[in-house]
Amino acid sequence: MSNKQKRTQKHASKSLSRKASIGFRLLIALVLIIFAIFPILWVVSASFNPTGSLATQKLIPRNPGLGNYRELMAGEYPFWRWFGNSVYISAISAVGSLAITTVAAYGFSRFRYRGRKTMLKAIFLIQVFPTLLALVATFLMISQIGEVIPALGLGTHAALILIYLGGSMGINIWLMKGYIDTIPRDIDESAMVEGASSWKIFTKLILPLLRPILIVIAIINYIGTYGEFILASLLLKDAQKYTLMVGLQRFAAAQMDQRWGVFAAGALIGGLPIMIIYLILQDQIIGGLTVGAVKG
Amino acid sequence: MSTLAPNLTRGTKKNKGKYLFLQILKVAILILADAAIGWFLSQLISNGFYPFSIAIFIIAVAVNIILLVKKLFPLRWAVTGLVLMGLFTIYPILFTVWVSFTNYGEGHLVTKQQAMDQILARKYLPEEGAAYEYTAFKSADGDFALWLINPDGDGFLAKPGEPLSQLQEGEAGVGTINADGIPESIEGYKKLSIFEALADQNLPEIQFGTADEAIQIRKEKPGEAAQLVPKYEYDPDMDVVVDLETGVVYQNLRGDFVSSSGQELKPGFSATIGLTNFKRFFTSPALRGPLLRIVTWNFSFAILSLLLNFALGLFIAVLYNEPGFPLKKLIQTLLIIPYTIPALLTILVWRGMLNPEVGVISETLKALFGWAPRWFSDQWWAKVAILLINLWLSYPYFMLVCSGSLQSISHDYYDAAEVDGASGWQRFWHITMPLLLVAVGPLLISSFVFNFNNFNLIYIFNGGNPPIAGSPTPAGHTDILISYVYNLAYAGQEGGMDYGFAAAITIVIFFIVGTITLLQFRFTGMWEEVSENV
Repeated sequence: MSNKQKRTQKHASKSLSRKASIGFRLLIALVLIIFAIFPILWVVSASFNPTGSLATQKLIPRNPGLGNYRELMAGEYPFWRWFGNSVYISAISAVGSLAITTVAAYGFSRFRYRGRKTMLKAIFLIQVFPTLLALVATFLMISQIGEVIPALGLGTHAALILIYLGGSMGINIWLMKGYIDTIPRDIDESAMVEGASSWKIFTKLILPLLRPILIVIAIINYIGTYGEFILASLLLKDAQKYTLMVGLQRFAAAQMDQRWGVFAAGALIGGLPIMIIYLILQDQIIGGLTVGAVKG
Repeated sequence: MSTLAPNLTRGTKKNKGKYLFLQILKVAILILADAAIGWFLSQLISNGFYPFSIAIFIIAVAVNIILLVKKLFPLRWAVTGLVLMGLFTIYPILFTVWVSFTNYGEGHLVTKQQAMDQILARKYLPEEGAAYEYTAFKSADGDFALWLINPDGDGFLAKPGEPLSQLQEGEAGVGTINADGIPESIEGYKKLSIFEALADQNLPEIQFGTADEAIQIRKEKPGEAAQLVPKYEYDPDMDVVVDLETGVVYQNLRGDFVSSSGQELKPGFSATIGLTNFKRFFTSPALRGPLLRIVTWNFSFAILSLLLNFALGLFIAVLYNEPGFPLKKLIQTLLIIPYTIPALLTILVWRGMLNPEVGVISETLKALFGWAPRWFSDQWWAKVAILLINLWLSYPYFMLVCSGSLQSISHDYYDAAEVDGASGWQRFWHITMPLLLVAVGPLLISSFVFNFNNFNLIYIFNGGNPPIAGSPTPAGHTDILISYVYNLAYAGQEGGMDYGFAAAITIVIFFIVGTITLLQFRFTGMWEEVSENV
């Protein structure tokens, strides 16, 4: 057999084995996809299961109906209140955090002074530590503040928002500074020559340039806060003030087995919007995420 | 360096006026804010919250300096962020350190001063006190008053919370005084007979007169009321509390006043107790068993999770990395779904699916094999379940990270390797893996740290259960350190809230996490990168 023949044979077998390999890999993908989305399908099915209990559920429910959703809406549990709480707490935290950190990051990015590097390094080191660890201390601090100013004490959304804001400062200042650094300083300087103040440069020139990344970071922050559980569960004691995560966890802990369908409906309403945002903005969010740490 | 207010340099009169106005406004706001903070501080101090007061004071001074010293103007941009960070990140860390050296917790929540105030306020009725004969009066509202007669025959009116007043006939509504020196009537009150007075359950509990001169009816001697005297006395030189009734001496044993027979005065107070909490963590024989299990599982969980999640993520990334692989985008989108839903919700869903009686997974296994693992009551199966759920939650992250990094590896390496006749497996181990690990190394470590403290998963899935039998504080087989800390601080049934011990364990976790982070900096050059980027 000549060398040439050998090569074509090799090619032929290669393309055949490539087809087989693709088929095999698609098969694996199917198995993995089932693993990935089975729990989701199961919840969807549960939410339409008319009997509503864990025991009677089948993957394709007999007589599917909206009974669970109706029960959820009926208001026996303040589900919409929880949902509203989550939406507005996360929104204030995300927007507030971004507003504060963007301003701070601009200062760190554009001005040069002694101690700046040390300070940035310190911020980096501090944000490495998981805030979860200082849980007990944070709780005690809030209860102490509450002794003096009840409106900022345990059980208030204001305290929760402040903690979320405080915890997001380090990483967001770093992220934002990184982005602002990529905007050439020439832009600032030419505006400065024309007599614009730093504040004007920041709001009129830099912010518009940052808009795309600001939106992405806001969404990442929003999703993170929306899904946060432990601080909210520790601080909020009144059922009317629960966030959705705390409310659903308490609901599930109390009567998961009998009211599985109602829980499933609540989980879907609470989880789907986030999932959809994620899937639509996949690439941007992933880009933003891999810069930071792991999702909490 | 830029100037903060270039419009000042172009100073038209109008601008100057505006600038002056803004300056005055700024100072006025600052003074108001400082006044508010001053009030806040004074309240904190009067409550005995000293560490927090110090933190607030330092932060307030720093903010004032930044706002008033002109040279520091670049910091004004960051001042809000720094304050929030100081209050809600740095202070809690420092406060954790402080608490770890104290006995702060149930029974020791107040300051020494507050505890002493409570103890020293206690009174008792001495055998031979200033004694009075009394007659009880009752108003229509149910308020009581006493008419007291001292051994000299002087009459006094005593009401709760008001000082005793020596009264004669006709004064302050006192009616005719009879031969025994008792008024026939007092305005607004009805006279009680001695039997009515003795039958009344509430009367002996009431303190008449002010705290300095409190009169109470003696149950032991009918018809007699006596002045209460303080039960305890504090001796600042010896730092002991003496019981004046019994003569027992209570020594200050770092947080409690304790008698020689071991009796404690309640409440205890928070005090620094040195390294006791840490000693307890490392040497307490009762805790050693549970703690050793918890630490071992904590490390195994974090390492196994990392390996499994990374392996599956990498496997998928490699499998579908090829450009032009059919349905690539669809496959990726479906496979990241677990990552896109708040983990709390999906952990709860898994909990339902694994339910041993009615969950779909257990049901299916039973139908197929006639047997299903006891996911919640058996410690090993509980651990398997946790690893499985964590794999489901986290592999998409590694899939995304790895496929991103794989795409950035230059094809030249592979071409060169092919020429050298390297097999696919060799290429993977000698080209892909080393390059990939450089790129995703830091993420692996932060993922390890994240899982090391993955409270949500443990707490929501099974709360650390099944419990470890015989543990002196609540602990479970699947508890990790942070969930154990949570139990210590908040579970509150058996051990009570033990903030001091909880904080000490937190510090231990800090050290573990800190060491790993330092190693990460060391071996990945991340710190150099950070230093360059500042």
